Amino acid sequence: MYYYYVLNIFLLACINMIAVLGVSIFTGFTGLFSLGHAAFVGIGAYTAGVLTYHWYVPFPLAILAGMLASGIAGLVIGIPTLRAKLRSDYFAIAILGFGEALRVCLENLSITNGARGLSLDELSGSAWVVGALLASLAFTRSLLRSRFGAMFMAIREDPVAAEMAGINLFRTRLLSLVVSAVLCGASGALLAHRIAFIQPVMFTMTQSTQLLASVIAGGMGSISGPAIVSFIFTALPEMLRKLEMYRLPAYGLLLVVIMIFRPQGLMGYREIPDLLRGTRDLLLARRVR
Amino acid sequence: MFLQTLVTGLSIGSIYSLMAVGYSLIFSVLSFSNFAHGAVIMLGAYIGLALAAKLGLGFVLVLSGAVAGAGLIAIVNERVAYAALRRRGAPSLYLMISAMGCSMFLENMVYATIGARFYAFPEFFKSQSVRLWGSSLSLLDLCAFVISMAAIFALQIFITRTRTGIAIRAGVNDMTMCSLMGVDTDRLISVVFFLAGAFAGVAGVFLGIRYLVYPTMGWVTNKAYIAAVIGGLGSLPGAMIGGLILGVLETLVSTYVSSVMRDVFSFTALIALLICLPNGLMGTETEDKV
Repeated sequence: MYYYYVLNIFLLACINMIAVLGVSIFTGFTGLFSLGHAAFVGIGAYTAGVLTYHWYVPFPLAILAGMLASGIAGLVIGIPTLRAKLRSDYFAIAILGFGEALRVCLENLSITNGARGLSLDELSGSAWVVGALLASLAFTRSLLRSRFGAMFMAIREDPVAAEMAGINLFRTRLLSLVVSAVLCGASGALLAHRIAFIQPVMFTMTQSTQLLASVIAGGMGSISGPAIVSFIFTALPEMLRKLEMYRLPAYGLLLVVIMIFRPQGLMGYREIPDLLRGTRDLLLARRVR
Repeated sequence: MFLQTLVTGLSIGSIYSLMAVGYSLIFSVLSFSNFAHGAVIMLGAYIGLALAAKLGLGFVLVLSGAVAGAGLIAIVNERVAYAALRRRGAPSLYLMISAMGCSMFLENMVYATIGARFYAFPEFFKSQSVRLWGSSLSLLDLCAFVISMAAIFALQIFITRTRTGIAIRAGVNDMTMCSLMGVDTDRLISVVFFLAGAFAGVAGVFLGIRYLVYPTMGWVTNKAYIAAVIGGLGSLPGAMIGGLILGVLETLVSTYVSSVMRDVFSFTALIALLICLPNGLMGTETEDKV
């Protein structure tokens, strides 16, 4: 029994990590602020959920459809708000409104069963979840090591300089948004079929801020940092059930404290291999001495 | 019926304007989106509620207490969460994240300590109504509209006619230059946050009277942000007009179309506006400064 409990938390943490990877690409690597990525998770969850619930679409196809729908939603929000030279605040405000509008729609459509939510089948087994996480990690890693990753980071460091160097700000930011939305959509589709129940209130600003908090606490500009932190953030509340009330204030405080004292977060721009290499160098240096 | 809807819309719109002006004021000086504005509004409403329900004060005292309280909270918020970042010249992304952290902290602390209960203000306006050209207009609507507009015009006079106001406008233009000319920028920013907080206090009390007081009531500032974008980010007259337009349009939609679709409509209006008129109605600077 206990084994299943731990396994379940582990799988939820893995699913959460996929969404955190998405936010990490957008906020951590491209330097744009988002308070609404839970909306993309919600679109993925509801698209996949509605497909398997009403039309018995095979699970893999439903996941793909969820990812596609989130990506399209990213385009719809991104095209008017990320247009070249507009301040990035426009995006933050639009996505806030989008999240609220989406929740209202989900609560009032009959196909989503309104605020009562949808009961689904538990289709995301361990293999699916772990496989999806590994695939997302590999994809994110190779994306960030590619030309596009370099462009994202150039924009994060200085949009003006990046544009001078010939980077199309609009297209690159839009690409980053769509990729992050697709990852969030995959996370949503898996989540819906893991906990086997979805409700519009699961995809509100609280969820978005938790995703953001993981990325910032883990370190903007790192993949492994946010991944580790998202794991801690999913597992820790389970251990501290009694302090549940103070979980969200603590996240809030954490954001402020990190911004003031350690804006680079847990890992900064580093990854786990960098740390291992650093430790090895340190050990070698000691031995020489 | 139409006149009644229009007045209700203007009254809601004037509350949006109050919120949007406060948000725009901070945006124009520090050029970041202060996502903690909603939390200050919520705390202003709770302060007003405490004064009204616990001490049994009258409307004027409740309003002034909420204004002073929310103003001070906004100053403390700036000192604790933004001052260090601002002095370091951190990117506006960091300020936005810090603001979001404040908002999350304050909202959920209220949730954890006071609780998620919905509170109602005592009846200040006894649902009295005024008859005008055959339609009955509620006194609350008229009062909210008149007081909000008076506050915004007072702000306009303060900003254009007083020394501090001139310093604020200079700061909007160029903060470094302003400080070189001998203006104490820390004090200036405190004044700006106090003004924004004071407006948040008025908005909080009116929102509390019109609807109810609860920890997530500050989420309505989403509308204020939208109003500010409609008017053009950073422009005060724009924020006022944007708030009024949004309030009237929303009330018309919820009266004549469907009240459920109201929020969806506001968001669609925002997207449509960004496509046709990306600078907003009165926006001047929408590009990131170099």
